[in-house]
This record gives sequence, C-alpha cells and structure tokens, in this order.
Amino acid sequence: MNNVNGSVVGSSSGSGDGSAPRRNSKRPKYSRFTQQELPACKPILTPKWVISVFTLIGVVFVPIGVASLMASNDVVEIVDRYDNVCVPLNMTNDKVAYIQNNETDKSCTRTLEVVPKHMSQPIYVYYQLDNFYQNHRRYVKSRNDAQLRKKSQENETSGCDPEKRTKDGAPIVPCGLIAWSLFNDTYIFAIGNKNLTVNKKGISWKSDRDHKFGKDVLPKNFQSGPLIGGGTLDATKPLSEQEDLIVWMRTAALPTFRKLYGKIEQDLNAGDVITVTLENNYNTYSFSGKKKLVLSTSSWLGGKNDFLGIAYLAVGGLCFFLAVAFTIVYLVKPRKLGDPSYLSWNRNPAGH
Amino acid sequence: MAPGRRRHERLRWSKLYTFSCLRPTVVTDDEQPHPLQGPGYSRLVHCNQPGLHQKKPLNYCTNHISTTKYNIITFLPKAIFEQFRRVANLYFLLTASLSLTPVTPFSAVSMIAPLAFVVGLSMAKEAMEDWNRFMQDMKVNSRKVSVHSGEGRFGYKHWQEIRVGDVVRVEKDQFFPADLLLLSSSYDDGICYVETMNLDGETNLKVKRSLEVTLPLDGDASFRHFTSTIRCEDPNPNLYTFVGNFEYEKKVYALDPGQILLRDSKLRNTTYVYGVAIFTGHDSKVMQNSTESPSKRSRIEKKMDNIIYVLFTFLILISLISSIGYGVITKFGMPQSWYLQPSETSYVYDASKPVLSGFYHLLTALILYGYLIPISLYVSIEVVKVLQATFINQDIHMRDEETGYSAQARTSNLNEELGQVDTILSDKTGTLTCNQMDFLRCSIAGVPYGVVSSEVEIAAVKQIASEVSGTIEQHSSTQDFWEDSGDGFGSSECELEVGIARMVGKPQRPTTKGFSFEDDRLIHGNWAKEPNAGTILVFLRVLALCHTAIAEANEKTGAFTYEAESPDEAAFLVAAREFGFEFCKRTQSSVFIRERYSASEDPVEREFKVLNILEFNSKRKRMSVILRDETGQIILLCKGADSIILDRLSKNGRIYEIETIKHLNEYGEAGLRTLALAYRVLDESEYSAWNTEFLKAKTTIGHHREAELERVSDTIERDLILVGATAVEDKLQKGVPQCIDKLAQAGLKIWVLTGDKMETAINIGFSCSLLRQGMKQICLSVDSSNILSLNKEKAAKESTLMQIIDAHEMVKLEKDPNAAFALIIDGKTLTYALEDDLKNQFLSLAVNCASVICCRVSPKQKALVVTRLVKEGTGKTTLAIGDGANDVGMIQEADIGVGISGVEGMQAVMASDFSISQFRFLERLLVVHGHWCYKRIAQMICYFFYKNIAFGLTIFYFEAYTGFSGQSVYADWYMLLFNVILTSLPVISLGVFEQDVSSEVCLQFPALYQQGPRNLFFDWYRIFGWMGNGLYSSIVIYFLSIQIFYSQAFRANGQTADMAAVGTSMFTCIVWTVNLQIVLTMSHFTWIQHLFVWGSIATWYLFLIAYGMCSPVISGNAYRILSEALGPAPMYWAATLLVTLSCNIPYLVYIAFQRALNPLDHHVIQEIKYYRKDVEDQHMWKRERSKARQRTKIGFTARVDAKIRQLKRKLQKKVSSLSIQTQS
Repeated sequence: MNNVNGSVVGSSSGSGDGSAPRRNSKRPKYSRFTQQELPACKPILTPKWVISVFTLIGVVFVPIGVASLMASNDVVEIVDRYDNVCVPLNMTNDKVAYIQNNETDKSCTRTLEVVPKHMSQPIYVYYQLDNFYQNHRRYVKSRNDAQLRKKSQENETSGCDPEKRTKDGAPIVPCGLIAWSLFNDTYIFAIGNKNLTVNKKGISWKSDRDHKFGKDVLPKNFQSGPLIGGGTLDATKPLSEQEDLIVWMRTAALPTFRKLYGKIEQDLNAGDVITVTLENNYNTYSFSGKKKLVLSTSSWLGGKNDFLGIAYLAVGGLCFFLAVAFTIVYLVKPRKLGDPSYLSWNRNPAGH
Repeated sequence: MAPGRRRHERLRWSKLYTFSCLRPTVVTDDEQPHPLQGPGYSRLVHCNQPGLHQKKPLNYCTNHISTTKYNIITFLPKAIFEQFRRVANLYFLLTASLSLTPVTPFSAVSMIAPLAFVVGLSMAKEAMEDWNRFMQDMKVNSRKVSVHSGEGRFGYKHWQEIRVGDVVRVEKDQFFPADLLLLSSSYDDGICYVETMNLDGETNLKVKRSLEVTLPLDGDASFRHFTSTIRCEDPNPNLYTFVGNFEYEKKVYALDPGQILLRDSKLRNTTYVYGVAIFTGHDSKVMQNSTESPSKRSRIEKKMDNIIYVLFTFLILISLISSIGYGVITKFGMPQSWYLQPSETSYVYDASKPVLSGFYHLLTALILYGYLIPISLYVSIEVVKVLQATFINQDIHMRDEETGYSAQARTSNLNEELGQVDTILSDKTGTLTCNQMDFLRCSIAGVPYGVVSSEVEIAAVKQIASEVSGTIEQHSSTQDFWEDSGDGFGSSECELEVGIARMVGKPQRPTTKGFSFEDDRLIHGNWAKEPNAGTILVFLRVLALCHTAIAEANEKTGAFTYEAESPDEAAFLVAAREFGFEFCKRTQSSVFIRERYSASEDPVEREFKVLNILEFNSKRKRMSVILRDETGQIILLCKGADSIILDRLSKNGRIYEIETIKHLNEYGEAGLRTLALAYRVLDESEYSAWNTEFLKAKTTIGHHREAELERVSDTIERDLILVGATAVEDKLQKGVPQCIDKLAQAGLKIWVLTGDKMETAINIGFSCSLLRQGMKQICLSVDSSNILSLNKEKAAKESTLMQIIDAHEMVKLEKDPNAAFALIIDGKTLTYALEDDLKNQFLSLAVNCASVICCRVSPKQKALVVTRLVKEGTGKTTLAIGDGANDVGMIQEADIGVGISGVEGMQAVMASDFSISQFRFLERLLVVHGHWCYKRIAQMICYFFYKNIAFGLTIFYFEAYTGFSGQSVYADWYMLLFNVILTSLPVISLGVFEQDVSSEVCLQFPALYQQGPRNLFFDWYRIFGWMGNGLYSSIVIYFLSIQIFYSQAFRANGQTADMAAVGTSMFTCIVWTVNLQIVLTMSHFTWIQHLFVWGSIATWYLFLIAYGMCSPVISGNAYRILSEALGPAPMYWAATLLVTLSCNIPYLVYIAFQRALNPLDHHVIQEIKYYRKDVEDQHMWKRERSKARQRTKIGFTARVDAKIRQLKRKLQKKVSSLSIQTQS
C-alpha cells in the first residue's frame, strides 16, 4: 500500500509543508575516494606476464622438489610390523583373548632388518598404529585441558564422558577416553648384547610440558574402573613428566599415525642388526589395527616422505609445460594487445 | 501538429464562464439519468445527512487512511514471519536452534549471534520505514477542512473525520479531502479550476462545473436544509469516468466526471467550492489507484536463491552420506573400537541403534557443513550494497548544482539490477520535459523569425560534428557530398553552429518563462519596420486573441500571468506580450489587449467583442474565435494543425504557403511543436447567416448536436488566409536527448508512457529522437464513438485486434533492414490490448518496434503496462522513471523505480528505489554505477560461493577420515574467523571498489553495458565454473596437505603432526588460496585492496600467534602452534607454497587463455588503456567509441545515420541521372 502513502506524501509536500529544496546544502566534498577515482594499479595479464609467471613457478618449484626428494632420500627408516607375529602360535585364532588376558606373557623379541645405511643420531623411535580412530569426535572431545593443567581443577571432568569419574564419584585424573586408552607397548633395543639406551625425555612439545600438563597434577583413580583401557601411569610422577601421555594426548589427524616413543642418541652403522624386546600390551586386535615399530632419522624437512618432492616436481614441470604451451599459443594465435578488432562490435559487425 | 489541449472529451463544452451559453440547460436525450442497476452501481449517498451513513449497508469506510504494514501489536509476529519467509533465514534459524542441543559441533553463540544480527537489522529497517509511513498518514489524516456541521454553520474538522455525505467547503489552493461532488463555487456558474498534478502529472488546469440545479447553494447558510441523494458506481480506480445520478428536489440528474473533484487534486484560481463527499478514504479514486508496493529483489538475488537451493541440496546430500556412513560405521566398525567404550552408549553414539545415531548425526552434519551456505554472505552483501549506495549518493556527477539534489539510492538492494536493465519506461511530463513551453520561432508571411536553436538542433549538431570527424574515412563519399551541396546538410549545420555560438556567447540572456525567442526584427516594436508589418500585426493579434485563457494581474507588479488550459497557449500569450500585444482582461463578451506599436509609444487598450468561440477538439485539431474589432469588422482568427489549416486556405490566402510549409518542416525536424495561424474577414451578412445556423445547431437536441456543431463550424472555417506558423519548444529537461541517445546505444529500449494526448506525445517523441522523419508510425487507437454496434466493448476490442494484426503484417513484410517502426497507442486501446487474449500479440508487436509511446494512460495502466506486459512478457528487467504521483504505480511495479526529485513534490521519490534530480543522470546511474555494481555483486557472490565450497568441503573430506564422526580438523575459532575476519574484507573490497574499466570508459563505450542485460557474469556456466573451482581447490588443499603431513615427522626434531598441526597448516593453505584467488579476480587495486588482501593473510598469522599465546585451556592443542611447532618447520611453509599455487594455477590458465583467444570487450579496452593506446592513437580510440554501441533505431545517432543513408541515396540518384545524361 505504498502508493497510497506516496500520493498522500505528495499532497503534503504540494500544500507547502513539504521540504523546501535544499539549495546547495550539503554539497558533497570532492574526494577521490567517494568519486571512486583513487589511484589504482590495473595489472593486465599480458603474454609476457603469463609466460614469466609460469616459468618462475617452474624455476622455483623444481629445485625445491629436488631438495625435498634428496632430503627424503637421506632419511633412513626401518619399519617393523609386529602385532601379527608377537602372538603365541596357539593364540593366533583368538588374538583378542590373548591380549586381554593379563596373565599371559606379552613379551616378544624381534630382530629388525639390517640397518641399510649409516644412521646418525638422534634416531627417532616411533610406534605406528593403523585403523585407530584417534580423530573420532567422541574420542577427541573426551578430555579436559583445565584438569590436566592445575591440581585445583581436578574436579573439572566435563567433556570427559564416558571416562569421567569412578563409581563412587571421585574424579579420574587424567580423565577422558584419550588418557584412558594410553598406548602401553614398550620396546628395549639391543645390538648384539649391547643395549641401546632410549631417551624418553624431550619427545613431547616443550610448551605442553611447561604449560599444559601441570607439575603438581598427579594421576588419581586412573585405570581403576572395571574397564581397563591402555597403559597405567606412575601415580607419583606429575603429569608434566609423563611424556608418553603428553605425546599420546596430541590426537592424530588420521587413523594411521605415528607417535614418538623415544630417541636413540647414538649412531647406527650400516649392517647393524637390532633386536627389540617388546611388550605387546596394547590391544589393536579388536579393531584389526596394525602396530608397527619405526626407527627413523630425520632430515631438515622431517621424516621420509617423497610426496612433497614429487608434488613440487610435478607442479614445477607442469608450469614449464604451461609456459611452453602459452608461448606456442601466443605464437600460433598472436593477438596484439589492445587490438580493437577483437572488440565485440568489430568481430560481429552485424550487431548483437 | 495539433495543440494538445483539453483534458477530456467530456470537458469540451464545459467552458470558461464567459461562454457558458453553449451548454443547453435542458436535460437532453443522451443525458438521461443512467439506469444504474445491478452490481457495480450500488452506492447510495445521502448528501448532508452523514448520520444516515452510520449503519450498514451504508456505513462506508471513513476518510481515515492507513498505509502502514504493521501496528504495535502485529509488528513483532508479522515482521518475524516476514523475515523467516526467506528460505535462507529459516535454514539459519534451524541450525541456530540445533546448536542449542548437544548435537552441535560448534558453540551456540557462534550460530545465534550472526542470525540475530541479520534479522535484527532487517527488522529495524522495516520498523523505521513503517514508522515513517505512519507519521505521513498522521499528517494527512489530521489536515483540516471546513465541514458543514448543521444549521448552516461550517466548522473545521480533521480529514479523517469526514464521512460520506458531508458537505465540505474547500478554499483556494487546498487539496480535496475526498472525492467530492461539486455543488457550487465562488464563480456564478459553478465552475472551478482544478490542478490534478498528483493524479496524472499534468500541471495545467482543468475546469470542473457543477450542475445547474445546485448553483444556488453558494453560501454557508444555504446548506441548512439541503438534502439530496446520489446513486452512483461503486469505488473504482478509473480516474476519468464516473457514472451516477443526483436526486434533488424530486428530479434526477445525470452526473459525469465533470462534476467530480478527486481527492489529492488541488483547487486553483477559485476562491472556494462546496462539495459533498462521495468516496472517502480508501474508496477514493486515487487510493483505488494505488498498487501494493511489492518488495523488490534483484535478479541476481533471485538467482542466488537458486544457487542456495543447489547448495542446500548438495549440503543435504553430503550430510546424508555422512550420516549414513556414520550409522554404518557405528554399527559395524565401532563396536570393536574398545578405545571409544562402545558399551557406554549415548544417544549420538549407540551401536545398537545406528539409525537413531545416524539421524542425530545428520543434524550435526547439517550444522558442520553449514559453511557451504554462509550467513556471512548475506551480511557481506548487505554491507557491500550499502557502501555501493553510498557511492551512488556521493557521486558529484549526478548532483544537480541548481537544486542541490544528489542522486539517492533509497533502497540498496537493487544496485546490481541497475546494470541489467533492458527496457526503460519513462514518464514524459516532468521527466523528459520540463512541462514548460517556450516560444522559439515563427514564420510570418513566409519570413522565418527567431534565431535560437532548439535543444534538439544543438545536440544534433554536436553529434554530427563528432560523427563526421570520427568517420571521415569511412564515409568519405558522404562527406564529399556534404561539401558539395551548398544548401544541403552542411549549410544547415553552419546555421546551427551560428545558433550555438550565439547561445554560448550570451549565456546569461534574460529569460522570460515561456519565451526564448530572439530576433531583433520583431521585438521592441521593430516589427513595424518589417516589409510585411500588416501581416505581422494580424499574426500577433491571433496570438493574443485566439485562446481561452484568463489573465490574472499580479497585485504587486501589475504584470499579468496567464492561466491557460495548455502550456503552449500560455506561451503564445507571453510571446504576444513580449511583442507588445498584452492580453489583459477577459469579460463576459470581450477580450481586451494592450497594443504597443513601438517601444516608445504608450500602449493602446483595444477591446475585441467575442462573438463565437469554436473550440478545439482532437478531431477538429483547430480552434477559432470570431471577433468584432473596434471598427466593427468581423474577423475570424484560427490556429490549428498545419495540415488542417493548409487545407482550408482560400486561393489568395496561399501567398506564403510554400515558404511556410518549408519552415513548418524545418521546425518539425527541429523537434518543435508547430501550429499554423490564419484569419478571415467576414461580411456582416455572411456572419449573421452562419450564426443563425450555428445557434440552431447549438440548440439541437440529442447526440447529433456535436456533429451538427462541427459541421456548421466547418462551414465558416474556410477560405482562410495564411498568416504564418509558430514553433514552440516543449522544453526538454537538460541533456535528455543525449541521454536517450546514449541509453539507446547501450542497447536499452525506451518506452514513453504519458497521460498526454497523442499529438503531444508524438511531438515529444520527435524532440527526444524517439521518433524521426521516415520512421513508420503505427498508431493504434479506437474511437469508440464511431462504433455504432450494440456491443461497443467487443467491437472496440476486435478493432484493436485487427489493428495489431495489420501492424504485425506490416512489420513482417518490411524488407529494408534500416526501416524503423514506432508504435503509438492510446490509453483506451491499451485497455483492450492489455487483456489476456491480446497482450501477447501486442507485446510481440511492441518488441519489434524501435520505440513505443503510450498516450493517455492512467496511473494504473502505467503500472499494468509495466507489470503485465514488459516485465512478465519479456522476462527482462524494466526500469520505470517518473516524477509525479501518477507514476507511483509504475515506479513500484517495475523492477527498478526511479523518481525524479525536486520538481513535482516528493511522492514519486518516496515510492522509488533510486531518485535522481534530472533524467540525464540516468545515464550515469545505469551505465556507470549499474555496470559496476552488477559486475561487483556478481563476482562477489561467485567468489563467495567458491571460497565457502573450497573451505566447507575440506571439512567434509576430513570428516570422512574420522569415521564420519563429525570431528572438524580446524579449531572452532578458525572456522568462526574464516568468514568474519580472514576472508571478509577482501571480498567486500571486491564488491565495493572493483572497476573493470573507469567511469569515463563506461560512458564512452555504452556497449559495455550489454554485459549486464546479457548476464555474462552471473550465468549458470560461470556459477558452476566457480563452484568447480571451489571443488578443485578443496580437493587439492585437503589431499595434498594430508599426503604431505601423512605420518612421518614433519620437522627435524622428529615430531609427527597431530590434528592441530595438520588443521592449522591446511587452514593456512585455504587462507592463502582464497586470498590469492581474489587477487586474480580483481583487476583494480587501490591501496585499500592491497591492505585488505595482504592484511587478511597477515591477520591470520597474527591471529595464530595471539591464539597460541592464550591459555591452553582456550587454545587447546593450538597452543604456541605457530611459534613452536609450525613456524620452524620448513615443511609447513613448503606445503603452503605448493598448495596455494596448485589451487590457483587452473584459474590462471583459464583467464590467460580467455584473454589470449577470446577476450571480452573490457579486456581489450583495459589493454588499450594500459598501453595508453587511446592517447597515442586518438583516431582509433574515437572510431571505436563511435562504434561501441548497440544497433539502435532511436536517438540522435540513429537520426544522423538515417540522414546519411538518405543523402547517400540522393547522391546515387544524382550520379545515376548524371550518368544517364552523359550517355545520352
């Protein structure tokens, strides 16, 4: 019904009580901003630009790719899957029963493959789990950072469902599924008879130790429920020193993940044969996950992964190709820039 | 070209009070009271007995009007309902309410706050608008008017208290509070003058005349015992019809529109009138004429809704995939995952009830993937549009220095629609023209006088001049021809240039309103020295005497102002005054003029006795007066359309015929209205013989009377002696022809809808180049008075159909590609043409015509033409522009309504979406701002969807890797910031500042505008292209990141990447990718864009640092993530570089290829500008500018083209005849 309104308004202004013309009032000041005339750079994608951009990308990417590949190649990695072999022969049909039985002996000795190349220290020891959904939402949510940080907040168990409190209502520290399912296989390495020391200090982020896990927070009521998850914690050590837990609490992004177990701080020579005595405690049989032990050196780029290098090389190569392709295009179908004959009215003189 | 005059056929004989004798006092056959039965004629009004209207069924609505949408109680529910009728809002409401439940993956505040902001803002806007409407209603309702309160006393009452049957007294210059029946006026014979500007936009006065029987009711006291009854039609929107009977003193009299005073028209030149209210409030005709104001949404926005639907479907699809996946995994996979404690069930996680869990998960997923349909899109678009509107308001090139009005975007949600307009529907009066007639030239005794060029000529010369210089090579032959022919085109050009020089030279010449004539031979009494002084004297007397105007002396200055029924008549009187023949008084029987023969002499007052006035009507196209001068000689003075007058000349009256015809054609070409003037001296005996016949005819009873009068008039208006011709310029608004020309070149179609007569409309069509010589005019009109068939309606309709079909045939058979057709249709015919069965044929005819002019259309028809036909029929965007209340309907109905501010009140402006102060600003509004806004919004929306798809899908992929559990790889804060801070400012700067080409180039290359109507930047091809780009980016970002950070250590210290590291790295890639993408999209970088784009990326890193420094309780695993974990890792930076460039390479390839092989117009122009070719090769630049236009058949340029063609043809003929001669 605006129109009605409109005409009514009209009559009001017509009868003289409307607004008088604002003669030269509010003269807008000229400014390049309001007139949308700010100085601007208006780059144009000229053939020169196109070709040089692609060439430049190629020139930058290929060396990066080569460097990444070289770094990845320098890394020596020994991987050993042990979950399938570290089961007594009589239990292979019921691995779950084996692993869940607290009475059986879980120890197992493995001889790793021969060290292929000299491995300079530090050599990182990882355990790798497959098909373990540490990124499941129910799992990721099930923790309480406040509780981990300060003793005064140990009653803070919100979000820790379903591993919150014991039956009698006492808070579990650390609460939640993540801590409850702590990985608890252990490895002892030896070359011949000589044991290799595994340094388990400094495997977590420093900030985690200093600020996230309290120095005064001691484990409490941990693994005391009817369901026992993973490993137990030393109730006398504060959480900030329980680095296995700190590493474990950094939930992985993918169902296949490695986590640092420790560092071997001595060089290994090519041809060394390493034996590992391990405790196969952790249950991955229920969900048919794999367990692997990984020994790896690291380069400036990290661990062994050719993907980055290959991707860089591929993209770099593609850009070289594109640079060539565009050169050909510009040679075969040259178009003078700003040639008015390409304007639509010149291309299609009959009109639109 | 006949004068456009009388408002309505019916008013013809209700004349000036001096000549009331023509109206018979008896009720004649054809004025029998109407039978008035049946539906539609049920209204019964008891005059002066408003008490009788308290009860049903006579309890008509009060005069209170309300135009508000809401009241205090209904506001909240109604406004909220309105808000949530938008699908998007409903969806956001759903997700927001879900976020209150535990299924939400995000915090509730982050969902509810933006929704509340958006809805709150819109509702506040609604409330403001409604409040303004309410205040306006209040103002109108509480206006006061004098009402009969009984016992012959009148007291002031508010308008809203007036009831049907009330007798009101309206004073001079007041508005009528309701539709009134005129009872009597301050004039003895009950006439009054009414200005109906608010109804039809015309400023000239109309005469209304009361019935004879009510004339005695001319004082307050006489209403003491007055009672009567009116039976009439029910409320309806027809402004020009009224059917009713007036029962007074036991007699029944027929009423016609001549007695009805309509609400919102104004009483002029009449001290007071008495009237009785027939229709009040919403029953009144002006209210009935109102159309509901629709809320307008732009085409892009509507299309965006469709995109939203597509995305919504997609969202539901992936949510379903996700929830089914979750259900399956929960049932089969997770029971074995002891670390999740599957025995401890919750409703979202219950392996025994996978369907239920899946359902809950569906809700989670809907919220999680909500990033595909971002609420921030709506917020950003709002912000961008408001800023765009601010730029429109600030544009000093659209500011009228005289009035100080700037352009104003009153609604900001149609900015981009301005760039897609296909058809412009324009009002005439006040929009194209100033409604001011200027006496410009005349031809007397075959001598042309007057040197001032018309605006059309000036503009044409300029155009031709630039055209010639631009096309010298191309039209070299034409050019030669022009130079050869001394008296052809070239010389007239020279003349015009002289005229221009003259105008430029004396810009400050003292102007008299209505008189722009300049020629020293005539003014200051110099005419007496001319060889044909005698003829000039007659000519000036015709101007001063042959009219029906009345003179009003200004009490202070003594100067006369003239109230004429048409502005050109007033212009004649002003001209006559300037020449020394001042019309000063009109009495019952005489006209007095003061004649001054030279500047030094004192004026002589002369009296001319008026014997007869032979009125103008559209059939006769002429008017005459028969006078007896002081010497007793009887003369007949006649003015009329040239064709009519030239047919009626006596043998010896044709001395000047040839010259005059030549001049008339010149004037016509120049876009002026012409009239021919003639006179005749009558013998006493001849006159008295004729007069007896005339009187007899006057007293004829029945419907033959008019025909008889016409026939008799015809017999005397013969053997005339031609005196000369006048040329009056219906002053166009500044810059109108140029603007129309540009708009036509931009490919816009222009329809003119006017309340004026056909002749007037055609004249204006000529002067603004919508029509030109050589254009074939198709006039559709039905003269229903000629149809004798019983079923007039049906016959009229058939006749309309026949005319349409004939015209169609004509258009089809036309072979000449340069032939142009113009369709001219009058309001009555339009009614038939708009009926459902005819409108499609009519439309296809109209589309084939280069210009369309609709005359005598009512406001409602204006709205209907717009809606029913152009908008729905062609499916194209329409823009309506007008300035008066009569245009409100069409302004509201069109896709875009533009109001002209500052001339005729504010009603059109109030209803409009944009207001500008002059028509010429429309060019800049459309071609510059429209073009920019369209491209900006289109690109912005596409980009917005791109970035949210690129971002949202990574969440989905990751979720698939978490067993569809609804876990997001990003921290909540990242996701919240993504749309709010990290990517919002660049996209807003794209929407506000992007310019493909500068404003000058937009204006120089109007053809660029066609990118909008052809929708090159928002078609599905492009939209899906962008979506595909988003999809590609999401895949690259996710899978490259996942592979790079797979499981090995990501830095030298051996640490592996956890979820926070992967998520943050991925998010970094996204921020870089989308911001780099917008850099590739933009073509115009000011410091603002640089700041926003690079600032956004910098902000991300700053945020990461700041976030990393928060307490770990807030930041969780992101604690010190950049400074400790990612920053020192080369892999993080390497991944960012690789992913970002990989994402953008395809787009780069695409735009490089497009520019290389298939550049769009703006690409080429950008390049020309970039290499400054326009400066180096100005010739090329000029040539391209002249070619950069749509093929158009209207406007100057088309006129020039037609002229060139015509000249070429002539040349060819000449050449061929020459060759024949040489052969022989």
